[in-house]
Amino acid sequence: MVDLSTEGQLDTVQMMVNMGPQHPSTHGVFRMVLWVDGERIVDLEPHIGYLHRGSEKLCEGELYVQIVTLFDRMDYISNLNNEMIFCRAVERLMGLAVPERAEYIRVILCELNRVASHLLFCGTFGIDAGAMTPIMYAFRDREKIQSMFEAVTGARMMHNYIRIGGVKGDVPDDFSQRMGALLKVLRQGINETDKLLSFSEIFLARTKGIGVIDAETAIAYGMSGPSLRACGVPMDVRKDEPYSVYDRFDFGIPIGEKGDSWDRYYVRVEEMRQSMRIIEQALEQMPDGPTITPSRLVLRPPQGEVYVRGENPRGEIGVYLVSNGADKPYRVKVRPPSFCNLMAIKELLKDTYIADAVVILGSLDIVLGEVDR
Amino acid sequence: MLGNLKGLMVTFATFFRKPVTYKYPQEHKPIEDRYMGFPVLMWDEKVEEPYCTGCMVCVRYCPTQCMSAVMKDNPLHAEGKSTRRKIVDSFEINLGRCILCGICVDVCNFDAIEMSHEHELSKYARNDNRTNLPRLLEMGRSYQKESGWKPKPVKETKPEPETKTEEAVEAEN
Repeated sequence: MVDLSTEGQLDTVQMMVNMGPQHPSTHGVFRMVLWVDGERIVDLEPHIGYLHRGSEKLCEGELYVQIVTLFDRMDYISNLNNEMIFCRAVERLMGLAVPERAEYIRVILCELNRVASHLLFCGTFGIDAGAMTPIMYAFRDREKIQSMFEAVTGARMMHNYIRIGGVKGDVPDDFSQRMGALLKVLRQGINETDKLLSFSEIFLARTKGIGVIDAETAIAYGMSGPSLRACGVPMDVRKDEPYSVYDRFDFGIPIGEKGDSWDRYYVRVEEMRQSMRIIEQALEQMPDGPTITPSRLVLRPPQGEVYVRGENPRGEIGVYLVSNGADKPYRVKVRPPSFCNLMAIKELLKDTYIADAVVILGSLDIVLGEVDR
Repeated sequence: MLGNLKGLMVTFATFFRKPVTYKYPQEHKPIEDRYMGFPVLMWDEKVEEPYCTGCMVCVRYCPTQCMSAVMKDNPLHAEGKSTRRKIVDSFEINLGRCILCGICVDVCNFDAIEMSHEHELSKYARNDNRTNLPRLLEMGRSYQKESGWKPKPVKETKPEPETKTEEAVEAEN
């Protein structure tokens, strides 16, 4: 790829550096081959597939009720958002209506999941930039969200709670009180994490103006979610194409200015606050009623295909589902946000210093379980 | 400089708070009521036999195929003590393969399987987590005692549509 010969002239020699797949700051098993000239990155080649489990192919051999468990394990930091997108795809294919209360429970839990995911990002991004303290604070708050999930869904991470046609069961009786207390704690916790990291001079020096990408290039690469909004594009599936009950809430879409690593970080911090606004409104509006539309255990959706998209913490997730009328899907294709965001890494890392590679990669907030599937 | 000082203020303020960590092996985090641990089989104390009839519906719907069940004629039914015509003969769950999804509990028609609060299952050998019927029932009894579990009230209606569909599907195949 790169001419490594010096041809006898006095010139710098480019060196190949292997980063990953066991590098701790690649957030999983991601390998990058970097060609560096001194400290500068000249070229790079991302290698993916170390966590490939063949989820899409596995879906073709499972019943519809079982596939939800596979979607749990795809993006293992925002499980509920992933469950929801698959259930919505099947519901749209079958024309199944979801009870109001179930929609509200879904929205509350998904937004809570978004806060948990972004908190984890704030912590790990701090570590990527060299700050060890924020992750302790972020994990303290994330732990409380996990406990809340445990009380509602029965599991801390792999919930299998959102089912086709609704949710598995109603929320506990003391849900509203506990959520109120949790939101109060979270608001304080997020402010603390924000104070610790966001405007620290060291952190600003490590992230401001690093890994800049302009809006056109970002869109051309198919970036979405907070990484795209950091470039100043107010694109959010929850607003552009409101699904579930998102059109009933008043919330803003934080956007960045320059599209650098700091913007990508701060957009997420602001997004957590917006998510909490949604949760508060949803708790107020939540109606009573059933939580699931009863459907058959062995679902046989009619022949056809459907593409459904939604907003994950990492960006736009899409599910393309083809059914041939059998009890198992013919094809399930996932458009993962982290994968599309990661593909812009070549553009982001070129001509930067090798010390910034970790920060820029971290600012994209990738989850390798979803990149490789 | 100011940004760093603000951060230091946060760390300083936390000095005076209670620690949030649990010293794990000595101290356990309290488990929520709904917590889904590993699946166990329940024990019918009225007739002293398991609820499970070995109908294998959970085996068929398990996404990881981690269980197996065998059915037999119930000797207590012949004696007139039990209403169950069939009863489970042997049941095995490989808890090492279980993904704790809870689908087996949802599909069970007899309240026989339940997600317990069991979650610490470190073993020395790979196959030590293959749990047989006596062990599953023992785990189930301790869960029943701990949580005050009661079977769901019996409905006075016809069998649920889900069961029907299930049979229809079987007939088709």
